[in-house]
Amino acid sequence: MNKLEVEATPKTPYLMFDPKNKTIIIKGRSIPENSVQFYTPVLNALDQWIQEKTKDKVTVSVQLEYFNTSSSKCILDIFKKLQELNKNGAQIDVTWIYEKDDEDMMEAGQDYQTIVGIQFKMVETEE
Amino acid sequence: MKLENIFSIYQAMEESGIILSFKGDVTSDLLTSVLQIMENKLESIQEEPKVKKKVYHVLVECLQNLYHHMDEIPSHINGKERSAIFMIGKTDEGYSILTGNYILNENVLGLKKRMDDINALTKEELKEYYKEVLANGEISMKGGGGLGIIDIARKSGEKLAYEFLPIANNISFFILNIKIINKSS
Repeated sequence: MNKLEVEATPKTPYLMFDPKNKTIIIKGRSIPENSVQFYTPVLNALDQWIQEKTKDKVTVSVQLEYFNTSSSKCILDIFKKLQELNKNGAQIDVTWIYEKDDEDMMEAGQDYQTIVGIQFKMVETEE
Repeated sequence: MKLENIFSIYQAMEESGIILSFKGDVTSDLLTSVLQIMENKLESIQEEPKVKKKVYHVLVECLQNLYHHMDEIPSHINGKERSAIFMIGKTDEGYSILTGNYILNENVLGLKKRMDDINALTKEELKEYYKEVLANGEISMKGGGGLGIIDIARKSGEKLAYEFLPIANNISFFILNIKIINKSS
């Protein structure tokens, strides 16, 4: 599996996926009409780690400005796969970064934590 | 169309504070451009960051709703090309986003019930409902699997206002009017 790096577009975020360091970075806005298409490579890679029963630490950083409901499902799928890796014994470090005063984005992070049962590190940034 | 009609359309739009409107086929590229235009407009009138985010967010969901549901009427039933309408207005109290598209009559009751159910929920209940559908809903290739309309209601903070106009024996025209009230003004 190769390192994957996709530059941000007006509708999709910067996406970095590094299998060597087990790092995932999602940053920007995620509002594509077809989110499944955009997130499939990451979801497939996570599936592969699940199959390999990796116990390596996985570091994830999510810093979204906006995301649409179509993306929200895909992002949940990513977290669900991380939860599975966690059950297999891998340490999962998720940092959820949101702009100061962006209550919606903060709540979205809290919602994901509750749904998948992984503790996120919540980080506030200046606008 | 009579040329004088252009002025009546212009006047009607002026009176309703329409800042952007479109009628036609809603494509992915069109949405990219419209969102860009609206973002620049909100920027140039120096809208409050919170309001700006809210308007943008609701706009994305409303327009993508149109995009995903326009296909539901085969052109042989409608007799027309893929077409819908949307308008974005700014008034003293805030913003309004209006969308209009054809819908099969067999889908009217279901959609109406769904919106009425959403309108009956309090802010807190809506938040819980969103979380529940996100956690348990099936992922759909089309979009968020029914999350869109919940999110629109949640983010706008106002009731969904809608109308179904009967057009032919099997189709209606569905109009959705979403308000985003600027609480600080």
